Amino acid sequence: MSSRPEHAAPPEVFYDDTEARKYTSSSRIIEIQGKLTKRALELLALPDDGIPKLLLDIGCGSGLSGEKLSKKGHQWIGLDISQSMLNVALEREVEGDLLLGDMGQGLGLRDGVIDGAISISAVQWLCNADKSSHDPRLRLKAFFGSLYRSLSRGARAVFQVYPENVDQRVLILNYAMRAGFSGGVVVDFPHSSKRRKEYLVLTCGPPSVNTSIPKGKSEEDGESCSDEESSGDEENQTVCVSDRHRPRKKQKTMRGKGREWVLKKKEQLRRKGNVVPPDTKYTARKRKARF
Amino acid sequence: MRLLTHNMLSSNMKGVSNGFPLRIEVEKVVEKQVDFNPDFLKNMFSKVHWKALADASRIMGYAELPEEADRSMLDSDDFLRKFHHALLELHLEEGALVCPETGRRFPVNKGIPNMLLHEDEV
Ligand SMILES: C[S@@+](CC[C@H](N)C(=O)[O-])C[C@H]1O[C@@H](n2cnc3c(N)ncnc32)[C@H](O)[C@@H]1O
Repeated sequence: MSSRPEHAAPPEVFYDDTEARKYTSSSRIIEIQGKLTKRALELLALPDDGIPKLLLDIGCGSGLSGEKLSKKGHQWIGLDISQSMLNVALEREVEGDLLLGDMGQGLGLRDGVIDGAISISAVQWLCNADKSSHDPRLRLKAFFGSLYRSLSRGARAVFQVYPENVDQRVLILNYAMRAGFSGGVVVDFPHSSKRRKEYLVLTCGPPSVNTSIPKGKSEEDGESCSDEESSGDEENQTVCVSDRHRPRKKQKTMRGKGREWVLKKKEQLRRKGNVVPPDTKYTARKRKARF
Repeated sequence: MRLLTHNMLSSNMKGVSNGFPLRIEVEKVVEKQVDFNPDFLKNMFSKVHWKALADASRIMGYAELPEEADRSMLDSDDFLRKFHHALLELHLEEGALVCPETGRRFPVNKGIPNMLLHEDEV
């Protein structure tokens, strides 16, 4: 069958002590991950002002990607689900802070505080259901939603990913767009099965001049390799992906009297001295159809 | 884990509406020197929740930060040095972070907080 690690075992099992050590002592892997990170940083297009930024490294592993961020002077927070990989990162004395966590559970970060995020060879893991309680869609939603909130407006997130097939790529991209990101896929060396690399380049917030997707690299000069979502106009289409879902939701909630109305009514009842449940984010939310 | 990260972290357990700041339980603090970079501090100042940083640094045994701070203080080298030390050089090596709403403990071992949630907390 396949040699994809995602098929072998859940990440925290696959990246055990032995694998973590093997992974991090391979000079070939060190070189590849370093190169991928450099390219991701390039696509992250941080302002060239010499001011160090606070970045996230999602699925940071043993720190091969994070080290490149430190090299550029940035501070970073790394998240990984494998204790063994993080142990190797400690041994290597990486400069970033490390968190043991599962991106599929959402990132527990304050709103708008992060200057940019990278993830190298990790996000495709989210497409697998490793436990009966795992629903890849819910996990992608939790991940992208929380990432979007944690980034400052206009910040970017660049993920180098190894999707298994077109469906996975579309799935990942769709959930990113739903969370509010604009952007698309950049493919480097699309015609070489070995060198081909994909990057999701996402910008927090609606498209603008700064969100246009850069071109991929290729062997032959002058050839553009970016994906569908490359030029300014089409970019608006990627946003439509999220909009397409919104009107439907809107229509549903508008059928009722709306949150404003409910809050006002509750306030009136309270003033009359009735016992009224407190107002929460769930107030006047539409209930799911199933029971 | 440095206080920079503590200042950004928030409990994201199901049902928690304000998971910030996580309470710190200290068993062991270590200090590691980091290059002083005023530009980074100025970039971070607007994002840092000052009271949470001041409180956290006090719990970690560093009581030099003022209770309140505003932008004008960034002109003072003395202030920047203290801010730098609190934000980047104090590490919670062993201990725990505690969700302010639920009291759930997230243990910190070898400087790494374990933020993994149980299935019923997601
Ligand atoms: C191929 S390694 C890449 C590590 C590092 N970014 C690098 O470039 O060397 C993929 C990493 O993703 C992590 N990972 C997979 N699923 C994860 C999840 N749900 N949450 C956090 N990390 C995850 C794995 O534990 C592993 O360390």
